Amino acid sequence: MNTIRHLGAYYLLMARVFSRPEKPALYRRQTFAEIEKLGLGSLGIVAIISIFMGAVITIQAAFGFESPWIPLYAVGVTTRDSVLLEFSPTIVSLILAGKVGSNIASEIGTMKVSEQIDALEIMGINSASYLILPKIIAAVFINPFLIVISMFLGLLGGYLFGVLTGVVTPHEYVYGIQFDFRPFKVVYALAKTVVFAFIITSVASYHGYRTKGGALEVGQSSTKAVVYSSIVILIFNFILTQLLLA
Amino acid sequence: MIELRNISKSFGDKEVIKNFSFVCEKGKTNLIIGASGSGKTVTMKCMVGLFEPNSGQVLYDGENFTGMSLKDRKKIRREMGMLFQGGALFDSMTVEQNVIFPLSMFTEMSDEEKRERANFCLTRVNLENVNHLYPSEISGGMKKRVAIARAISLQPKYLFCDEPNSGLDPKTSIVIDELIREITYEYQITTLVITHDMGSVMEIGDRVAFFHDGQKAWEGDKNQILETDNQLVVDFVYASEFMKEVRRIKRSATK
Repeated sequence: MNTIRHLGAYYLLMARVFSRPEKPALYRRQTFAEIEKLGLGSLGIVAIISIFMGAVITIQAAFGFESPWIPLYAVGVTTRDSVLLEFSPTIVSLILAGKVGSNIASEIGTMKVSEQIDALEIMGINSASYLILPKIIAAVFINPFLIVISMFLGLLGGYLFGVLTGVVTPHEYVYGIQFDFRPFKVVYALAKTVVFAFIITSVASYHGYRTKGGALEVGQSSTKAVVYSSIVILIFNFILTQLLLA
Repeated sequence: MIELRNISKSFGDKEVIKNFSFVCEKGKTNLIIGASGSGKTVTMKCMVGLFEPNSGQVLYDGENFTGMSLKDRKKIRREMGMLFQGGALFDSMTVEQNVIFPLSMFTEMSDEEKRERANFCLTRVNLENVNHLYPSEISGGMKKRVAIARAISLQPKYLFCDEPNSGLDPKTSIVIDELIREITYEYQITTLVITHDMGSVMEIGDRVAFFHDGQKAWEGDKNQILETDNQLVVDFVYASEFMKEVRRIKRSATK
């Protein structure tokens, strides 16, 4: 019953978010500011995690393929498929749900408890649309770029650490990541990224917007935003994989 | 003019406002006073549409606000200015950007015109050289003044002030009260102030409604409030030892 109530409230909030903006020029400016904050602000963490995860996947793959029957370039193939299909779109999105989601929920939650949202409403501004729409557009636009960078850095990390530790040769690794490459895998990853970006921003905004009380409740909203957006991402990961790959 | 007709509001089983009627006159500072938790802020939120009353009407210059669509309400809301208890300034914007914000949203002014208007409003509330500071860098009294500047930037017809003196020292409270009164008279605004500060009542109370347990227990002006025999008002006004002493001196002087 509670879930149905939340779904209803989420739908009603999204209906307000996607209503006609008061002044599109202001929304555009706000969207660019959000791209900088949500996208460029996450570049560092995405880069570090991608390089090291790529490295770990390569070493683990090499460790598992010690059999002489398996060619060494399988390490490259495994790293590529792991990074492209799952690590970059899903795991990085889960990390962004933690970083960006908690940021959004606490920002909107603080605005709610300090009556800044009421101030917007009194001015005759659709606060839901003004605060949330630019965040959704920014994330849906910038996250695919982040994920492409993550893919590149993941594969680069695998290459650097694989070669440095001697578990794979440069030639075998590069041959492996090119072997039987299907561009649809990138399309699948980016399609997932766009859906996950929408989930992260909308679910986090929903929890921030519903905050009532004070600092304690802002913290609770922030936690809920991360937990629920992560769960929804995992559910949609399964649904999209079933729809696009099965 | 704003008219409240038989407003009632409940949260679950708890009836917070019971059949409340009051008229806020144009060009006057109208006050709703009462103890904390008596339902004053809920009343104001019903007036501006942040809460929906269970019954009754709120009329803005004769137009029924409670029965309006969201679209029509927006038109009236754009004629409202509101000073919230904590100021409710936007943290991510500077003082100047806060005042400019409503102008950017609802006017076609050029950047230069908006800056001029913002500077005029900030000067009007006696604030200078703070334009580029953030709300976290200014004092509580300054925040209230910035909030007033933002509220008057679009030249509102109606001004709402929720506990404008909360958290301020007596001297700064008088500054804010005087500012509210001056602006009300100067621009002929219909102003409603929610407060439990007797200093404000005596300073700016052109019309006063005393709220007790969700109901209007008394109505009058700032002079009448000191003379009334209404026991609820007497208990509220003369709650402090200082006021009790004032009353004792006043009575002995009358005799």
